Amino acid sequence: MPGPAPPERMRPKGRRNSQGIRVDPEAEVTHEPRQAVLSALVKHKPGVLSEVSALFSRRQFNIESLTVGPTVDSDTARMTILIEEPEPGIDQAKKQLRKLVPVIEVTELDPTAVRRELALIKVGGEKPDDVNAVAEMYDGQAVDASTDSVTVEITGSKQKIDAAVEAFKQFDVQEVVRTGAAALERGPTTLNKHD
Amino acid sequence: MSERASVPADEEGDEQTETSDQAPVTTGAQSVVRALENAGAEYIFGVQGGAIMPVYDALYDSDINHVTMAHEQGASHAADAYGIVTGDPGVCFATSGPGATNLVTGIADANMDSDPMIALTGQVPTEFVGNDAFQETDTVGITQPVTKESYFAADSDTVGDNVSEAFALADAGRQGPTLVDLPKDVTQGETDIEPAAPKTPDTYDVQEEADDAAVQEAAEALAAADRPVILSGGGVIKADASSALREFAIEYEIPVITTMPGIGSFPEDHELSLEWAGMHGTGYANMAISNTDCLLAIGTRFDDRLTGGVDSFAPDAEVIHVDIDPAEISKNIFAEYPLIGDARKVLRQLFDAMPRVPDVDEWREQCQTWKSEYPMTYETPDDEPLKPQYVVETFSDLTPDDTIVCTGVGQHQMWASQFWEYTEPRTWVSSHGLGTMGYGVPAAIGAKLAAPDQEVVCFDGDGSFLMTVQGLSVAVREQLDITYVVLNNEAVGMVRQWQDGFYEGRRMASEYPWIPQFDKLAEAFGARGFRLEAQEDVEETIQAAREYDGPSVIDAHIDPGENVFPMVPSGGDNGQFALEEDHLEML
Repeated sequence: MPGPAPPERMRPKGRRNSQGIRVDPEAEVTHEPRQAVLSALVKHKPGVLSEVSALFSRRQFNIESLTVGPTVDSDTARMTILIEEPEPGIDQAKKQLRKLVPVIEVTELDPTAVRRELALIKVGGEKPDDVNAVAEMYDGQAVDASTDSVTVEITGSKQKIDAAVEAFKQFDVQEVVRTGAAALERGPTTLNKHD
Repeated sequence: MSERASVPADEEGDEQTETSDQAPVTTGAQSVVRALENAGAEYIFGVQGGAIMPVYDALYDSDINHVTMAHEQGASHAADAYGIVTGDPGVCFATSGPGATNLVTGIADANMDSDPMIALTGQVPTEFVGNDAFQETDTVGITQPVTKESYFAADSDTVGDNVSEAFALADAGRQGPTLVDLPKDVTQGETDIEPAAPKTPDTYDVQEEADDAAVQEAAEALAAADRPVILSGGGVIKADASSALREFAIEYEIPVITTMPGIGSFPEDHELSLEWAGMHGTGYANMAISNTDCLLAIGTRFDDRLTGGVDSFAPDAEVIHVDIDPAEISKNIFAEYPLIGDARKVLRQLFDAMPRVPDVDEWREQCQTWKSEYPMTYETPDDEPLKPQYVVETFSDLTPDDTIVCTGVGQHQMWASQFWEYTEPRTWVSSHGLGTMGYGVPAAIGAKLAAPDQEVVCFDGDGSFLMTVQGLSVAVREQLDITYVVLNNEAVGMVRQWQDGFYEGRRMASEYPWIPQFDKLAEAFGARGFRLEAQEDVEETIQAAREYDGPSVIDAHIDPGENVFPMVPSGGDNGQFALEEDHLEML
């Protein structure tokens, strides 16, 4: 007794969304991308940065910025990674990151975390006083000047630096370099579980 | 059987007692070999070469057996199969550059299937690294995305520790491949430091037992379900949890479906078994998985060949997902009840936490109905042309339960998984996640050496067999009693099937009418060759090949028109599998 052909078979009515989450017909679950700041303590050894960045590229996580530098412990380095993903992607990024052998600890920082970015902005040197005035508006300072150019250093949030770069456009911006965010949790919380 | 140059057997025996593993380490290479000995390595599959030569020289004095493979890809597949069958990491060696790159396919294969394996590669001396020296490649860079960890050994004093750690890591938690890249000056360099005992790195944490409260919640949900199903993945076998699974399923009377890598984790002849689900899984498994309301998934990563389209995968089911790797939870299918831990331990926890046997007589009856509605069958109009399913089925009937089946990748792999009856774990050795054509020939070598007392048969396709056929020379040299069955349809049949189904029959580059006569090719290698064309000769030919004490090849000329069914089109709805070509048009 052959069973029914495909369209006539017993089938449930439910379905899942693209993230494999069952869709409740009364409250459809969708996840809009949001920005997350991941902070990772890693072994300070060659190849770690490439291992982490390769993970993000091959898993197609949308990475905004990645900064890395040593900590007070010469064996560990700290990475701050900004990603923009729907909730399941952020969760997956954390778990995949945690799986890497050189990664000691991973956490997502609270939105209130201290978050800073550094930019160096090189502009034309025709109006040094005006450049200086704008730099002061953004708590920045000129760190190099020549007859043809002035280089200004700005530190602060991404939004502040975006605004500063925008403001400096009036002086013929020649080059900009930005570090991406470095971030730390406010208060006494630390990432190093051995502390 | 393996080689240690041409030292006569008795002399070799004397030598072993003199250079027992008490001899002090004097070079980095000896430290590498000592680390492998300490970790319990039994076999190494490899190919010699310039940069790895110091390690081979150290191996000369070791009791570890070395098997020279015909190609490094074969070395990594043989090591992979050895890992699947024994549960311990298989070891492969290659030299730098092309040796290392040839290993990569097997490493990637092991990575996708979470098979325990350690690869050691030679590297140019550190002073040349980065200079594009002869036979240099960035092996760590190439392999990092397909290993649990790749190590660059920078120092003769610590190279043994690197190997010990890599070995332990390959076996720990979710198993997988690791690699250690060995610059020649590091292995040649002097050291008297004994390698540390195998130990995973301190940053590698594995949670063995799931949270008790979470287990309790999951057990309540399972017990309350109307249409529960257990989905048993490859992780159940990896965790040696097959018997725990059997106890659990039988005690609580819940139907069991396996994934393809999970074949053997639950006996297919048990009435609770619905065999395996997915693209070419059984109709009844796919019906059950489509209609279940509670899926206990253990040790599976919800691969797309299993799930079909995510939107239609078990759409009514609350998912209880047991996995040792937290990153697998909710990666592809959201789990309402995540249970992180070792499959065997969590199954024990679940067993104790179940409040009662779920009341699901009707559901089990429904599953039995599907079994009779969508049986695994094939048409045998007459004796000719030969049906591949008949060859597999007959072979299965003739052999003991613990026979190990290896395969290449393609239609033959599907028939071997559909029409062989698997009842024991670690008897199904195949390339799943990566789908590596050419896997079968070397994998059977690794499997046979891992389990010399078990019968080993390898089903391959003509296209797949031809990719690693040189491995036959190894099987002959080692006199391995393996029966290779080439299900020969003069095509890469799975591609052709897709072209016929989805590309209007435009058979671009899928037909292989120029392939050699495999029975004669086998004889040229020194194996026994059989040509099989008629159904009436199947049993006799198989028995003759089985009785031959050494590798044999049955070139089985099968019906070229035969395709693999049931089939869920890629990304499709599992419940809407096609049982025949006509069904594909309805989808």
